[in-house]
Amino acid sequence: MEKKLVRCNINGKDVETYLDVRSSLTDMLRNDYRLTSVKKGCEVGECGACNVIIDGECYNSCIYLAVWAEGKHIRTLESLLGPNGELSDIQQAFVDEAAVQCGFCTPGFIMTAVKILESGKEYTREELRKQLSGHLCRCTGYENILNAVEKTMKKRLGKA
Amino acid sequence: MYDFSALYEATSVQNAVELMQAHPSAVLIAGGSDVLIKMREGKLAGAELISIYKLDELREVTMDPDGALRIGPMTSFSHATNSPMLQKYMPVLGESADTAGGPQLRSIGTLGGTICTGVTSADTASTQVAYDAVLEITSVSGIRKLSIHDFYKGPGKVDLQPGELLTAILIPKESYENCFGYYIKYAMRNAMDIATIGCSVNVVLSPDRKTIRRMRIAYGVAGPVPMRARTAEAALNGMPVGEAAIAAIGEEVLKDVNPRTSWRASAEFRKQIISETARRGLKAAIERAGGVF
Repeated sequence: MEKKLVRCNINGKDVETYLDVRSSLTDMLRNDYRLTSVKKGCEVGECGACNVIIDGECYNSCIYLAVWAEGKHIRTLESLLGPNGELSDIQQAFVDEAAVQCGFCTPGFIMTAVKILESGKEYTREELRKQLSGHLCRCTGYENILNAVEKTMKKRLGKA
Repeated sequence: MYDFSALYEATSVQNAVELMQAHPSAVLIAGGSDVLIKMREGKLAGAELISIYKLDELREVTMDPDGALRIGPMTSFSHATNSPMLQKYMPVLGESADTAGGPQLRSIGTLGGTICTGVTSADTASTQVAYDAVLEITSVSGIRKLSIHDFYKGPGKVDLQPGELLTAILIPKESYENCFGYYIKYAMRNAMDIATIGCSVNVVLSPDRKTIRRMRIAYGVAGPVPMRARTAEAALNGMPVGEAAIAAIGEEVLKDVNPRTSWRASAEFRKQIISETARRGLKAAIERAGGVF
């Protein structure tokens, strides 16, 4: 199969690799860059487990051709890791609020949460629910996830 | 890995139509939220793909010299919602786009792709039908324009000949000027669901805001393709703003629609939703236009 050079910036680092053009972005991130926070869930864009941030917007990487990543800035959960392996505030909030059970949906949820938090806006619970609606979680019942995102949002805005 | 046999990435509109002519059996891929999912299901196994994803020239929303809104067909749902031009002149299009799928889908799905698939449930399609959108279609032999009403041929079928590419969605000035729209999606879930019924209403009121000068209403899933309810429009035009108009539209729309029974909903239930969304949608549109009940 045809291979193509794909150059992009992943988690702040310029990278390039020759790819089978049939690869999804999930394939590339997991197989070529070992970024295994990007989960293969439904693979049809419904569950959100493969969600990453591309040029500031959230995308399900399972329905995104890897060759489209050319020239893009991509962020995965791995980018949140501190220099000494510390968790970021939103990750710690997921732990504190018991928003993680099996953990499979967590990286996708957290990357959407990152976009929400970095907007610097304050959202109502209902708005947060809508913003997080592209993710399925079969364990938690969502309430603890909403609590984690809401509390971190309020903390960052100095309101908690 | 996706199961396709070749990928041709277009570098310009001209290059895209040349690729389409050179590879007539190839499938066009815009955002991919339809094509890549079909491919996962094995429906397009082994197909050749022509990608127009990188054609950023098709992602802009601008205004033509004659005042028509020119919407690039590669405009994503979320960009439609956030477009200052659409927010100013036609917010209902961005609002309807904001009901499709979930947030990540709205980053990738495109306004053009969703009409080219020919599905009746597309949330943004009924609004384009309700605003008499004109489509600009490009091929190697030139550009043709046609009304969105003539574009839909049947479920999953649109008037795109081999080698033809949708390159603009035009909203005529007379459609959006002084016009206020409202979209209601009825679905079983609040997100990640396909509309059971989608209803897009818009009105132009008289200067004193007491009379409905022009009302347009279009539906998704009320028939095999997105459709207007012309009988209802004719009945409502010229009616005074008031509860009588709201009651009338709920009855009149039933003369136009032809919903079917599917596993999602029965035809009878859809008819009830069709009436109810017409009443609520018209009321909301009139209120946006400054009408008082």
